[in-house]
Amino acid sequence: MSRLDAKTTVERVIGVVLLLVAALGPQLFNDYWLDVILTQALLLGIAAASLIFLSAYGGMVSLAQTALMGIAGYMLGNMVTQSGPGGESKGLVLGWDPTLALVLAIVITSVIGLIFGALASRSFGIYFLMLTLTYAVIANLFFGSVTQFGGFSPIAGVNEYTPSFVGDIATDRDRLYYIALAVSAVVYVLIRYMTRTPFGIAFAGIRDEPVRMASLGYAVPLHRMLAFGFAAFIASLAGILYVWWNGQIAPQDMGLGPTIDLLIIAVIGGLGRIEGAWIGAFAFIVINNYVVNWVPTGGLPVVGGRFNTIIGLVFLTIVIVSPDGLTGLWDRIWDRARRRGGPPQVEVETREAAMGTSSS
Amino acid sequence: MAERIRAWGVVGTVPRVAAAGLVGFALLYIVVIAEPPPEIGGNWRTTSSGSAIDDWQSFAITLLNGLTFAGWLFIVASGFSLIFGLMRVVNMAHGSFYLLGGYIAYEIQQSMTGQGFSLQSSEVTTWEWVYPALVACSVVGVVGLIVQQVFLRWNMGQELRQALITIAISVIIADQIIGHFPRHVPEGTVKFGGNAVGMAWPGWANIRIELPLTGIDYSLARLIVLFLGVMVGVLLWLWLHRTRTGMVIRAGVDDRQMTSALGVSIQSVFAIAFVVGSALAAFGGVVGASQGNVASGQDGQWLLYSLVVVIIGGMGSLLGAAAGSLLYGLVFSFAASYLPTTGNECCTNYAIVFTFVLLALVLAFRPQGLFGRIG
Repeated sequence: MSRLDAKTTVERVIGVVLLLVAALGPQLFNDYWLDVILTQALLLGIAAASLIFLSAYGGMVSLAQTALMGIAGYMLGNMVTQSGPGGESKGLVLGWDPTLALVLAIVITSVIGLIFGALASRSFGIYFLMLTLTYAVIANLFFGSVTQFGGFSPIAGVNEYTPSFVGDIATDRDRLYYIALAVSAVVYVLIRYMTRTPFGIAFAGIRDEPVRMASLGYAVPLHRMLAFGFAAFIASLAGILYVWWNGQIAPQDMGLGPTIDLLIIAVIGGLGRIEGAWIGAFAFIVINNYVVNWVPTGGLPVVGGRFNTIIGLVFLTIVIVSPDGLTGLWDRIWDRARRRGGPPQVEVETREAAMGTSSS
Repeated sequence: MAERIRAWGVVGTVPRVAAAGLVGFALLYIVVIAEPPPEIGGNWRTTSSGSAIDDWQSFAITLLNGLTFAGWLFIVASGFSLIFGLMRVVNMAHGSFYLLGGYIAYEIQQSMTGQGFSLQSSEVTTWEWVYPALVACSVVGVVGLIVQQVFLRWNMGQELRQALITIAISVIIADQIIGHFPRHVPEGTVKFGGNAVGMAWPGWANIRIELPLTGIDYSLARLIVLFLGVMVGVLLWLWLHRTRTGMVIRAGVDDRQMTSALGVSIQSVFAIAFVVGSALAAFGGVVGASQGNVASGQDGQWLLYSLVVVIIGGMGSLLGAAAGSLLYGLVFSFAASYLPTTGNECCTNYAIVFTFVLLALVLAFRPQGLFGRIG
């Protein structure tokens, strides 16, 4: 371990304070804030963390994470809901044991992630982005058109069937909040741990020097495939939480809009650091939530349109001003304040530029 | 990069045989295995029209549908491919340009004819179709030029950042379309942003004709779409291979830095390519509005189509865009018509899976696409 510098200390203090605030959440915030803003930020943060993990440590910007979330949600929804007095549900209505369904949903999504990853493992940079975007749109259209799995209308009431160790989350929203918080913490630690394992270090090496790593004997496509599967596993956790939080799952939940929203979250937070996932999710949801109320019903003054124009403009500004997001801004402020040698921060743009030159 | 991918792209004999078997089976299924639906029930061989031997007219119509869809795909995807090939810009707003073009042409046609929403094709002259198309292409071309000059010129080479910027622009355009279009709506209905609206073909085009020798009744408009796709391809080829600008573009695709070092103003070539690429998206939107409708949400669909075509065909290659369009158009058409139809809901709604299968098959063997060059 290297010595702790001032920045790391400050970051850790902030982290502990935030964790304490989060742990006391139900006492500090009203129900609306807790359920709509904080729980949603936590679960979208988990999904964004899977995106940022791939991007920061693998140079792979994936747009398929929302689709993987949706796939997990659909698997759970199809396996767990029952037809009966609660009303006929859409989909397969298998009515399986919730614990079994939960495990199966996560496993199936991870396997689908491995298949996606195997196919994309030899695509780099912008090609990878395009390929994962096609995954996302195909998954969306698939669940929109295949009526056996639910079709165009949502599978509802999924959160009524939860394993006993999860308990009643449909009405006890504080419980769901704590689950989301716990899963977030576990995911954060898991990703941090993953990046320190030999696998994680090799993965980061492949990001910087794929040719060198290949000639050193590392199976480059295999590492990228496995990392994508790992990210799919994390995204599936977010997907399960999402469907518990939302109560239902529909093709629209994995459409182009939510896909881009997740990318916006990751970019606001910063594609270079895992912490950015939750920061970005929180910022995005707060902006989203308050801009909606701020926009009059007839559309925005002057430009017309709805709140998405504002979201788009915020996104555009961040990409232009600080392409590595809020965490990148934070890093740069510290760098500028200190002006010491230190290891240089890896920025998204420089890495992309490096990839551009090495591929030509 | 070439050696890199080749070294990793070693695909064993077993996957090759499996892939060949899969494709062979699909072809066999269409040609002989499929059966027309029986009176009751059905099995895995039951399709809506039967095999090509049973019912060659349905086969021919499916083929024509695939070809005409391919022409339409090519119009849109060639623009996407042109921009990517020259500038390495993945224009995520391409679908938005498509939609914008469709809506603009619709509004102009409405105000030209003054007929109101339920416009009959027979009342539309050729000029009342061509003029809206030209204006829509020009307007979207200018929008593309502005996007390129303001947002993409100063960050060349930062591919991811440029993709993110165009995503932000697509979000804004999509929202603005909902805010402003359609302006003409039917009498008595509530104006709802981003509603589906359709243009009308000129009267002479919107008819069905009997194809010679076959006796097949087919839409002339669809054949015109195919013709337009081929025309776009021919004109693009002539432009790229027979004019000075085209030569510079091809040189730029090969080596951007060397071309500009030779004293060619590469920036003006970029601007031209972006205008043409955006205008092609808009033209695709005009065709789309005339064939069916344009509606909010189709931007994502057409972005997917463009992506699939160029990923299959290879980035930045005109031939690749043509091959990708053809392959995808045919797979799209045949998957929808020749999947088994046992029972009520099986299995034609699985057609979308074949998009993924096609993508998987091509990428497993050629990660750079059919006609893509590496590097």
